[in-house]
Amino acid sequence: MKNLSVSNLEMVYELPKGGSVHALSDVSFDLQAGRLLTLLGPSGCGKTTLLNIAAGFLAPTSGTVTLGGEPITGPGQERGMVFQQGALFEWQNVSQNVSFGPRMNRKKKSETAVIVEDLLATVGLRGFGDKAVYELSGGMQQRVALARCLANDPEVILMDEPLGALDALTREKMQGLILKLWQETGKTIILVTHSVEEALFLGDRLFVMAPRPGRIEREYELPFAKVGLSVDPRELKASPEFIEKREELLSMIWDMEEQIMGHEDGTS
Amino acid sequence: MKESPPSVDALPAGLRKFPRFGRRGTQSRKTVTFGDASEVTTSKVWAVVSLGGLLVLWWYLTRGPEPILDEKTFPSPVVIWDAFVEWWQDGYRRTSAWEHASASLSRVLKGMVIGTVIGIPVGFAMGLSRIMRGIFDPIVELFRPIPPLALLPLFIMWFGIGEESKVNLLVWASVWVMIIAARSGVLGVSGSKVHAAYSLGANKWQILRYVIMPNALPEVFTGVRVALGVSWGTLIAAELIGAEKGLGTTIYIASRFFRMDIVFVNIIIIGVIGASMEMIMRFLEARLIPWRGKG
Repeated sequence: MKNLSVSNLEMVYELPKGGSVHALSDVSFDLQAGRLLTLLGPSGCGKTTLLNIAAGFLAPTSGTVTLGGEPITGPGQERGMVFQQGALFEWQNVSQNVSFGPRMNRKKKSETAVIVEDLLATVGLRGFGDKAVYELSGGMQQRVALARCLANDPEVILMDEPLGALDALTREKMQGLILKLWQETGKTIILVTHSVEEALFLGDRLFVMAPRPGRIEREYELPFAKVGLSVDPRELKASPEFIEKREELLSMIWDMEEQIMGHEDGTS
Repeated sequence: MKESPPSVDALPAGLRKFPRFGRRGTQSRKTVTFGDASEVTTSKVWAVVSLGGLLVLWWYLTRGPEPILDEKTFPSPVVIWDAFVEWWQDGYRRTSAWEHASASLSRVLKGMVIGTVIGIPVGFAMGLSRIMRGIFDPIVELFRPIPPLALLPLFIMWFGIGEESKVNLLVWASVWVMIIAARSGVLGVSGSKVHAAYSLGANKWQILRYVIMPNALPEVFTGVRVALGVSWGTLIAAELIGAEKGLGTTIYIASRFFRMDIVFVNIIIIGVIGASMEMIMRFLEARLIPWRGKG
């Protein structure tokens, strides 16, 4: 198992019309293998930028991200990605989507078939292998995306608002699935979300990020994700501890949004 | 009685004055239908009425010993049917109808195949590389708007009056369409699909083969459809100007001998073949690219 280490990360986007955006400023943290980190913050706080740097899709202006001591310089299959939506290959059926990684690695067909069957069962899609992905509901599509990502057995899974496009009920169910996958596989997960409740419920560690410049504002160690599967999630989310944290985070983010608005009024 | 939403058929006989025209099959309970595009499907009944009406009108305008339209320049449908049978069985000027039609069709197919084989790789290169885009963009933008027929005199001088000039003209007519279709197919691939594939361990070649190519297929197919239509129109016009065989040639020669019936038969056949090509392409598209528009 490999730890993820981020040190002194800076990201400055030069704008085409001059000027620049300071998307990340001096971001450093260590993430032990097997932890589930959620990133929360208003738009423009750099959380997706951070995720894309960890995925290797973006090179930082300065600073480094390492996984197990190895610097990240590009995308790699030890770091799986789950996107919000639209990243499935609609010209392939469910099984072909899930087996994409093993096929690219030229794994044996028999081995791949076993992996696909196992994963479809894990994400609750047994018997859906031959379906076209566009025939599935949004929630089922995200199950396929999770299974596809797990098929390569990555060290780290990076999720960019994976449940952002789902309705409230499906979203709650899928939160349960993510917790289950996390606990059963012991993978390291970084999950970006806009939802305070989701960040609290899923995050075994939580960063609240702030914009201008993008940075880690507060850090939390949370108890909810560890017990999330053994208790009723609705009850957990209605518990005083959970509500207290939720309100704290909400008001923090609310203040940030207010500041941004004020800032924009001042400059325009 | 069956439990079903009340329909016109369930009304008492006295109220059922009119048969259910048009909206057959839709059991819609919508109260707002005017302006709702999903409610406007092709009424098959009215399609038949429209086509039949046209035929009857034509027959009416050309009937009798003193028809409203001059029978020399606008023959009646009956005359044209006879001409069709004659043309189909005996041919015109010692060449069978099938030979004329297949001469035209094979020119289009040759032109399309070559145009596609050149156009797709160029379009892909333009979609994938800045340098290729820089090299080909001005060429495509400069040559694409030129109507192919404007080049026919040049092509005849360069490649002669025979097959070569016509096939090359159709290559020209289709290649720009195919380049643009392939390019936009490549550019239409979403970043997250490419990113997902890289994260799943795909290399550049695999990204091209398993992500970009299937993703571009619907656009390429549309390109083939458009190019086929453009080629067909261009070819017929080119044949009017000069060829040994072909549907356009037949029109030209028949008009010189004032055989308006043969002219009409050929025009109708050109239309039917054009429409059939479109229909075959749509059928293939539904079969080969069921995911179209569902990404």
